[in-house]
Amino acid sequence: MSAVMSHQRADPSVQEPPAAATAVTPWLKRPNVQRVFYPMLVAAVLIALWQSLVVAFQIPHYLVPSPLRVAGVLVTDAALLFGALVTTLKITVLAFVCATLLGVAIAFAFVQNRVIETALFPYAVLLQVTPIVAIAPLIIIWVKSPTASLVICATLVALFPIIANTTLGLRSVSPGLASYFKLQRATRWQTLVRLRIPSALPYFFGGLRISSGLALIGAVVAEFVAGTGGTGTGLAYQILQAGYQLNIPRMFAALVLITATGVALFAAMALLSKWALAGWHDSEVAHE
Amino acid sequence: MTPAIELLGVSKTYANGTQALLPVDLTVQEGEFVTLLGASGCGKSTLLKMVAGLLEPTDGRLLVGRKPIARSDQRIAFVFQEATLMPWARVQSNVRLPLDLAQVPRSEADARVQDALHLVGLQSFAAHRPRELSGGMQMRVSIARSLVTRPTLLLMDEPFGALDEITRHRLDADLLDLWRDQKLTVVFVTHSIYEAVYLSQRVIVMAARPGRVVDEVVIDEPYPRSAGFRVSTAFAGHAARLQDALQRASAAEPATV
Repeated sequence: MSAVMSHQRADPSVQEPPAAATAVTPWLKRPNVQRVFYPMLVAAVLIALWQSLVVAFQIPHYLVPSPLRVAGVLVTDAALLFGALVTTLKITVLAFVCATLLGVAIAFAFVQNRVIETALFPYAVLLQVTPIVAIAPLIIIWVKSPTASLVICATLVALFPIIANTTLGLRSVSPGLASYFKLQRATRWQTLVRLRIPSALPYFFGGLRISSGLALIGAVVAEFVAGTGGTGTGLAYQILQAGYQLNIPRMFAALVLITATGVALFAAMALLSKWALAGWHDSEVAHE
Repeated sequence: MTPAIELLGVSKTYANGTQALLPVDLTVQEGEFVTLLGASGCGKSTLLKMVAGLLEPTDGRLLVGRKPIARSDQRIAFVFQEATLMPWARVQSNVRLPLDLAQVPRSEADARVQDALHLVGLQSFAAHRPRELSGGMQMRVSIARSLVTRPTLLLMDEPFGALDEITRHRLDADLLDLWRDQKLTVVFVTHSIYEAVYLSQRVIVMAARPGRVVDEVVIDEPYPRSAGFRVSTAFAGHAARLQDALQRASAAEPATV
C-alpha cells in the first residue's frame, strides 16, 4: 500500500514496502489495482487461448464462434441486443427493488413477533426451494401483464436471501449493547432505530449482493419460460430466437451481456456495502 | 451520612434452582467507594446487576436513594466489563447516546459530551471510531458515556478486567480522581485483590457455591493514593488480610479449580 493512502491507520503489523519498489511500480502494488488487474489478466489469457484454438482448429462459427466474431456481433447487432438488455435490466431492477422492500418488511415482521416468524418462516423456505421454472408458467398464465408476471417470478427468486439475512442481522445485536439500551430504558423504537438496524446492516448488504444476482437469474429464467408469450424483447428471448436460427455468435453475444450485467450488479452492491460500512465493520475495513 | 444503597436480606435464586446469592445485608453510604471482591461465581456481578435494576432480587428489600429501584430518582450509571460501544458510531455519538435516548436537546448534549470527554482525557478523539482506539481508550469512552448523565451512583462490573496491568493502573488512578472530583458513589466489582486495596474505602469479600458475603475489610488509607502506595507495606498488609479472608472462605469448599 502506498504511503499516501496509509495515513489513516497506522498498523504496526504492516511493513511499508521499500521505497525503491514503491517508486518503480507504485500502481501495481495497490490492492485496488491488483483486484482489477489479476482477473483481467486471466480473462485476457483465456480469450486469447479461445481465439487461437478456434483459428488453429478451424472450428466453424456456427459451433463455437471466436471472441472476435462475438465482439463483431455485439457491434453489428447492437440496436437489437442492447434494446433487449434494457428490457431484461428493467425487469431485474424492478424485481430487485420489490424483493428488497418486501424482504425487509417481512424481516421486520419476523423480529417483532416470534409467533409470526414461527408460523411463516417455513413458507419463506418453501418459496426458496420451489424451482422458479416450475411455477413460472402458472404465474405467466395468471398475471395478465407480461412485464408484471416476469417481475413477480424474478422477485420470488431474489426474495429469500433478503429475508433470511435481514432477520439474522436484526437479531445479531451485541448482548452487551442490548443490556446497555435496556439499562438506559430505551424505548422499543429507539432500540430498533439506534441499535437493531445499524447492527443488521452488514447482514443486509450481504443479502443484497446475493439477491442482485438472483434477480437477474430470475428475470432470465422467467423470460425463457415465457418464450414468445412474454414481452418478447429481453435477452433470454434473443437467445431463444438465435438458437432457433442457429445464430450461435448472437447467442454468445447475448450471453456476454447477461454475464456482464450480473458482474456489474454485484460490483454495484459491493460498492454500496463498502460505502455504508467503511470505517466500522470488519468486512469492509481495509486489511492491507 | 446518607445511605445511597441499602440491601436487607437480598438474595437471588435462578429459575433452575441455582443459588446465585444467599441473603445479603449491605449499606453503601453516599460518596463511598466500595468494592465487591471474589472469585467468579460468587454473585458479585449478580449483586451489582440487582442494584442497577438489570436483575430482580428473588427476595429481600433493595433501596437506592431510600426508594425501591423502580421509583428511585438516583441517576445510576453502569460500566460493563466490555466497553460495549456502537462500532458504527463515532466516539462523540457513543458518549452522547444516553442523552439522545433521554432526548436531551442537542446543543446541551454536545456541551456535556465535550465535558465528559475532557474528564477522561479523550477530547481530541471525538471524531474517531471505536475500532481505531486501544482497549484502554475504549474503556475511557465507556466511562465518559456513563459520566455524561451526571450520575450520583456509578456501578462498575470488572471494568478494567480485560486490560493489561499498566493500562489498568492508570485507569484505576484516573477513576479515583474522577470519584473525588465528581463526588460519586462507586460500587466496583473485581477479582483482583490489589485493585480492591488500591481503590476502595471498604471491600466486601465474597465466596462462591453458593454466592455469599463472607467478610468486610476497611482500607483505612488516605486519598489521594499515589502509585507508591501500591508497593508500600501498608498495601501489602491490606492485601494479606483480603487474601486470608478469601482463603478461609474457599477452604470450606470442595476443590473445583
